[in-house]
Amino acid sequence: MKEKLHQLKLKYQGKKMAPAFNALHTFLYTPNETTHSGGHVRAVDDLKRTMNTVILALVPCLLFGMFNAGYQHYSAINGFPAEFSLFEHFITWDNFWLGAITILPLVVVSYGVGLLIEFIFAVIKGHEVEEGYLVTGMLVPLIIPVDTPLWMLAVAVAFGVVIGKEVFGGTGMNILNPALTIRAFLFFAYPTWMSGDKVWVHDAVNLAGTPDAISGETILGYLAAGNTSEFSYSISDMFFGFIPGSVGETSTFLILLGGLFLIFSKIASWRIMLSAVIGSLVMGLVFNGAVAWEWIPEYSKFYGLMSFDFWKHLIVGGLAFGIVYMATDPVTGSQTNKGKWIYGFLIGFISVMIRVFNPGYPEGVFLAILLMNVFAPTIDHYVVQGNVKKRLKRLKNATILPKPSDGKAEELKVETV
Amino acid sequence: MALLSKKDANLILDPLADNNPITIQVLGICSALAITAELKASIVMAISVIFVLGVGNVVISLMRNIIPSKIRIIVQLIVVATLVIIVDQVLKAFAYELSKTLSVFVGLIITNCIIMGRFEAFALGNGPWKSFLDGIGNALGYGVILIIVGFFRELFGTGTLLGYPVFGDPIAKTGLYATGYENNGFMIIPPAALIVVGIIIWVQRSRNKALIEEA
Repeated sequence: MKEKLHQLKLKYQGKKMAPAFNALHTFLYTPNETTHSGGHVRAVDDLKRTMNTVILALVPCLLFGMFNAGYQHYSAINGFPAEFSLFEHFITWDNFWLGAITILPLVVVSYGVGLLIEFIFAVIKGHEVEEGYLVTGMLVPLIIPVDTPLWMLAVAVAFGVVIGKEVFGGTGMNILNPALTIRAFLFFAYPTWMSGDKVWVHDAVNLAGTPDAISGETILGYLAAGNTSEFSYSISDMFFGFIPGSVGETSTFLILLGGLFLIFSKIASWRIMLSAVIGSLVMGLVFNGAVAWEWIPEYSKFYGLMSFDFWKHLIVGGLAFGIVYMATDPVTGSQTNKGKWIYGFLIGFISVMIRVFNPGYPEGVFLAILLMNVFAPTIDHYVVQGNVKKRLKRLKNATILPKPSDGKAEELKVETV
Repeated sequence: MALLSKKDANLILDPLADNNPITIQVLGICSALAITAELKASIVMAISVIFVLGVGNVVISLMRNIIPSKIRIIVQLIVVATLVIIVDQVLKAFAYELSKTLSVFVGLIITNCIIMGRFEAFALGNGPWKSFLDGIGNALGYGVILIIVGFFRELFGTGTLLGYPVFGDPIAKTGLYATGYENNGFMIIPPAALIVVGIIIWVQRSRNKALIEEA
């Protein structure tokens, strides 16, 4: 099989569809080409392995999302179980089946449309198909509500891949994270499908207005609406993810595991993750402080979200998911170590700020990350410039040995010549 | 006999395509973003600019030998401002609703770089007839892009063209809306115009490789 494919590849070399064929080929097998000249540092983790590692880290979130879609749907119809038991109420075939038939089409459309566009562009440009979409295609279904219509997703994916990535030159050249570009497009183009209390639970849109109407608000939506009373979700619900929200973002626990996996496989930057967590905590503390010192009256529409305990911001909504899988994108994030601290910190900081102050939609992670994506090169520039300055200063103050006066410099010069 | 000599015809045709003020010179972007959410507004804006630039170019060209070069910018501004006020008053008198949609952007024609650019670059150095053609040509080039952008933004943003529903009724769910189609809210906000203009530039440059600058 492998040999035959190699022969086919040689046969079609230089033809128009060659890039498309090669893409499939290298997806299945290691290419048989080797470089013949010079010494090359080789590592086993090429771009494809990197991408696969991230996808591996996302699979638990996807599976959890499927169970949760079913759980939220049936609970909204039949009422939440009084005594929650993981295997009796959550990991059931009913839940999984419902999740699978609602979420797998999203995954299929996301990959189908995205890869089709990548293939078309590869054929037009005559270069190899890039692997960049493999992760994006998996991220997209995880950051949208379960009931997003498939055609909207297809339009958004086409937009995100073409405008977010291909116009800049493809994988590795993009300024904005493509998955978040797709999310942002959906949010601005079809806001009724992306926010409110009807989109987070399967079928809630169809049942709206009927006697069986169900709803499921996200915790942030509930707080932003000005409700300050206790909600029915416990802290462990929030942490393990038994709450309404986008498909894959709810379970902070699994995201944490995925994040640790990415850190230990050295795919994602721990600096960005840690500083983003710190940033969000700081902003949350500032708001909590404002409430504690009674700067904010209780009738203020920001009161609900401002009084929300600062650390809980991390376990509701998409903050954790964004920090672990989106902010750490090596292409669009900062490259320098110091830059990563600044970049991550500002993502966390701005996310929580937008959450509290955005009147229309109490979630700001995707906007914060997109904003910082734009600023990442600027941050890097100043970090590098700072470093250059520091070294120049060190050079100026350094005592250079040997001193020109003691004659050794001449000696050395002779030696080097 | 042709109506215009080849050179004169180029004055009108060049700005329509290979020397377009918006897509090649990237001037007048501000108003192109602001008022293209509706096709009707785009068309009216295009006509207004055609009038202002055509007449203005002729006026400046006629005065070109008597304007002291030190104060030429002020003279140019006065000419544009006069013409823009005429347009504004006409709109307010005959199309009040539309003038409210266009709001401040009619007044801002004064600051449209294309107009000052043509005054400076062409009308100050050429005769009235040539200047007139140049003004009409550049304003048409501007208007064409405005109308293309307005067409796509209104069609996908609100599902209408010139206010006439094309896809059916979004509230009663008739026509295309019955199949689950929805208007794209993104097209209504100004950033969408920037992206549509970008796509036009992209298409234009991939058709005519000579326009691509050296990297």
